[in-house]
Amino acid sequence: MNNVPIITISEVNKSYEVGNNKLHVLKGLNLTINEGEMISIMGASGSGKSTLLNILGILDNYDSGAYHLNNTFIQNLSEKKAAYYRNQYIGFVFQSFNLISFKNAMENVALPLYYQKVSRRKRNAIAMEYLDKMGLKDWATHMPNELSGGQKQRIAIARAMISKPKVILADEPTGALDSKTSLEVMDIFDEINAQGITIIIVTHERDIAERTKRIIHLKDGVIEQDYYKLN
Amino acid sequence: MFDRDKWQEIIMALKQNKLRTTLTAFGVFWGIFMLVVMLGSGKGLENGAYDGMGGFATNSVFVWAQNTTIPYKGFKKGRRYSFSNSDTKALREQVPEIKMLAPRLEARFRGNGANTNNVIRGLKTGAFNIFGDYPDFNKIDPMTIIQGRYINEDDIKYKRKVAVIGFRVKDVLFTPKENPIGQYIRIKGVYFQVIGLTRSQHNGGWAEWQEQTIDLPLTTLQQTYNYGEDVGWYAITSQPNFSATIVEEKVKNILKKRHSISLDDKEAIGSENVEKQFKKMNGLFAGISALVWIVGIGTLLAGVIGVSNIMLVIVKERTKEIGIQRAIGAAPSVIISQIITESIFLTASAGYVGLVCGVGLIELISNMLAKQAAAAPNSGGAMFTRPEVDFSVAMTALIILIVCGALAGLVPAKRAVSIKPIDALRYE
Repeated sequence: MNNVPIITISEVNKSYEVGNNKLHVLKGLNLTINEGEMISIMGASGSGKSTLLNILGILDNYDSGAYHLNNTFIQNLSEKKAAYYRNQYIGFVFQSFNLISFKNAMENVALPLYYQKVSRRKRNAIAMEYLDKMGLKDWATHMPNELSGGQKQRIAIARAMISKPKVILADEPTGALDSKTSLEVMDIFDEINAQGITIIIVTHERDIAERTKRIIHLKDGVIEQDYYKLN
Repeated sequence: MFDRDKWQEIIMALKQNKLRTTLTAFGVFWGIFMLVVMLGSGKGLENGAYDGMGGFATNSVFVWAQNTTIPYKGFKKGRRYSFSNSDTKALREQVPEIKMLAPRLEARFRGNGANTNNVIRGLKTGAFNIFGDYPDFNKIDPMTIIQGRYINEDDIKYKRKVAVIGFRVKDVLFTPKENPIGQYIRIKGVYFQVIGLTRSQHNGGWAEWQEQTIDLPLTTLQQTYNYGEDVGWYAITSQPNFSATIVEEKVKNILKKRHSISLDDKEAIGSENVEKQFKKMNGLFAGISALVWIVGIGTLLAGVIGVSNIMLVIVKERTKEIGIQRAIGAAPSVIISQIITESIFLTASAGYVGLVCGVGLIELISNMLAKQAAAAPNSGGAMFTRPEVDFSVAMTALIILIVCGALAGLVPAKRAVSIKPIDALRYE
């Protein structure tokens, strides 16, 4: 593992307006994640882990502090810029898979390349490669509703991988899967991580978190614990 | 240009709720269909009315003598008088704004069997309208000369005994195979040589009446039937840059002076101003056209608002999907273009079908009317002929439609990208 930081977060504050009250969710958070790390973020609901993930994924803005992604300062970007960086640097994996229902497996995987204006033939060929890696080549023309949860999540991971991101953000990736499939998905994450891609998993399942090398516990908007697992 | 993924999404979004899409499309379809059919019908009505005018000079005025109603210069009211050849000469000299001046006189035979069977040829007889005319008259209310010629200047000058007969006259006096030109007919005991055969350009009763008419040179008629210098009425057209109304005014004043009629006497000279009638008619059709556009555009607008509404619903239904697309890198412009294309596609395709159906219906009616007219020429009452839609009008409608489609998509598209991707992703 090298020590080049891919994500640096310093003194980040974020609060939401809830009615007349201000809900201070992230309270001066500091966090550095190096290239090639595989970490899990844990915490009870309301601890701010989803908010953190949204900020990391440039899906949400923060109030103060600084966030650098791959040495790019990320703050108050235009929607267009944000979409560009998301497409370039980040791959998302969601709990509910979030596949596009009317596109088949291959088209779903190829979608990020569509936004990069890669030609249809080329992006479908690349998508087939990634499906092959996931062992889903034979399912390429199937629609999402014809696939099992594990298959769907593998397609979602392939979709996250296709744009060769620096970071994969996974929000409860195993939340909708049984334990056996969950372990399979974690195996895939291990393989991806072995290629040098940083993986950040938000989870509340301890055995999933145990599979990562670094675990961060969030509580009330600050990091309560941050430790490396020793094998 | 053709982006398969984009169209896959459009077709998908529209197919998801076929009934809803169809009903929405129907709104636009109906709007443009109504617009086209109404425009076509308006045009048909207009054509019918103008066709009825035939080639009638639209800048013409007719004036005739009536009884005076005001005592003047020692004459009591209710005096009868008539125009004469000297009036014709005076008008020609004194009113330069006159382009054509056609004095006319109808022969009304008195005595036994006044106007019945006044024309004889061999064993055949008929009752027809007998007119004395000048060559110019056929330029003011033209008839189609299907054989021979109309009255000319020499006929007037030498008072030739020649006659131009209407089609119905020929039917009555001649057998179908006979050529009437050069033949003689006897009008109230006097023989006239037929020099021309005419058909009316009007329709209905007007045409029937016109085709039962025999035109003689005015001078011949005056001499032959003892009318002296009498002129029944004048048909007048104005010079191109002058209004017929001004000519009417001038002519009346001159005639009043010549016949010792008070200038205030509005009833002494009867007149009909075709220019005024024509303007009224133009106004009427402009009004109809404006109404058609207002109603048509209104209907269309209702349809387009329907599209906008349904696009809002589609955007709402697809909030999460749009969120996913944005999370994996779709720029807002991609989403906006997607939704506007969808809206234009829906509007334009529905509108196109409406346009085609509307034009189709108009063409169908037009064909049927044409067949009917061919089967029975001058059958009368053809107040509706050749309904048609200008190509340019149809194109304008289609362009309006596409612009409307884009506008209809604008609000939903803005809505789609105004939701933050994070909220869209959470949306259930």
